[in-house]
Amino acid sequence: MTIIDEAPNHLGYRQFGVGRFTFSRDEYFVTVEWPTGNHQMPVDQWLRCVQRDVAWGFFYGIVNFDSVIGTMNHYGTVDMFAGRFNEAYRRAEVDYNETFDHDELLGCFKAMLSDWTNEGYDPFAAPLETGSAFGPSSGNNDDAVTRRRVVAERMVSVPGDEPLRSDDSGFPVNRAFSDVDQGEPVIEASPGYEDEVCSFNLFAYLSRSDVTWNPSVVSACKESLYCPTTEEFTLPVIHGNDRVEWFVQLSDEIQWDVEDRDTGAKRARVVMKAGDVAAMPADIRHTGYSPKRAMLLVWENGSPRIPEMIAKGEAPVHPVDF
Amino acid sequence: MTDYRTVFGSLEEYAKGGVQIVDDDPKYYAFSNIFEVASQAAPYEKIAVGKNLEYVLEAIRAEGTSEWRATPHDEFALVMDGTVRIELFDPAAELVDPACGGSISLDEAPEGNSMGTVTAQRGHMTMLPAGKAYRMHCDGVGVVLLQTIEGPDTVYRWADICQTF
Repeated sequence: MTIIDEAPNHLGYRQFGVGRFTFSRDEYFVTVEWPTGNHQMPVDQWLRCVQRDVAWGFFYGIVNFDSVIGTMNHYGTVDMFAGRFNEAYRRAEVDYNETFDHDELLGCFKAMLSDWTNEGYDPFAAPLETGSAFGPSSGNNDDAVTRRRVVAERMVSVPGDEPLRSDDSGFPVNRAFSDVDQGEPVIEASPGYEDEVCSFNLFAYLSRSDVTWNPSVVSACKESLYCPTTEEFTLPVIHGNDRVEWFVQLSDEIQWDVEDRDTGAKRARVVMKAGDVAAMPADIRHTGYSPKRAMLLVWENGSPRIPEMIAKGEAPVHPVDF
Repeated sequence: MTDYRTVFGSLEEYAKGGVQIVDDDPKYYAFSNIFEVASQAAPYEKIAVGKNLEYVLEAIRAEGTSEWRATPHDEFALVMDGTVRIELFDPAAELVDPACGGSISLDEAPEGNSMGTVTAQRGHMTMLPAGKAYRMHCDGVGVVLLQTIEGPDTVYRWADICQTF
């Protein structure tokens, strides 16, 4: 990572750079420059995207910040690109891509998040639950931007694994889930089996999530990962798949725009209501809209071998054939 | 302050969304609804509603008492509707090859020690531990979503359960 100028600009923000990309912010916008072009994004949108990339370790596949800028995870290295998945940029041959060591790009993004996130603004929060990202530099919100992502090894609540959430641990029930039953299952374990008879109220656990659009692992059946998340407003990124992923709508409703991963051409809209299950093929990108905070179960196969398997034709692009 | 109402589904009341195609094949989305699948299933039929290589999500209609099953790996049962009582059992001998995927049906109750029970309602997730046996019971009708690996009793019915046009 390179900090282009240690001295903050007149608004108090530092400028960052990695490889041949440079990043600067003013009161409203982030400006990204690379050898063949430049681009601007509203700073709130930018911070929400960078926050997800940092929290997810660049997630699975492609995290498009918008139709121009984004990252692509190769699980060890990461591409940062401009216009790579934009047909017009590619046709004009002004698209640009640079590959970084995972930790190098992550370090740049973490430093940027810390410096550019003002006190009172939480990039993980729903817009109705946080302050403004705009204006001159004003303090920081490091507690919010350095949250630890939940990754259960077996299941939340299993002794030694991820703990339950409670008022006492700083996770009150969210305003939009005040009607969600908080009762826990009745566990009657025989002596000696107290640590193996495990159950918890997933819906109550999710009702206490303090973040949006942040899939976290609550159970793992080998590489099959349950990554539920609570969603409100819009998914800030346009997620480009490198594998099939699945959604199970646990509550309320989310609508998805689905586009071709490489060109952005619209392919479908998917409307999901409670109990619906849908796959997202490996060759699409999608973004979601949730007018009321909703519970979504994102189901992933976490195997790092899948992108290579798809490239070799050993794993399908579409979830099932029938 | 706004009053919010959280909408969950149930066998008695669910609304189904769908895929609105612009330029694609709806079958690529394997769109189904857990409650609709369970409403048309036999008790404890293990119908795949999601598949990711060897891993599956099974929608299970819980009604009456299930057979005993042994699982070679952790499985996770999420109750989506109803009240389901899960008995867990620590068998005296190995019942299933740990290298296999998916649970197997047992012809009779295993010998060994009772581990205990869990009585779970909507939203409750229970671990079915690797190497152990379990059975489920529901006085009425319930729905369970099972996170597991495809096994000999996984049922594939995609053409019947998924949106095709």
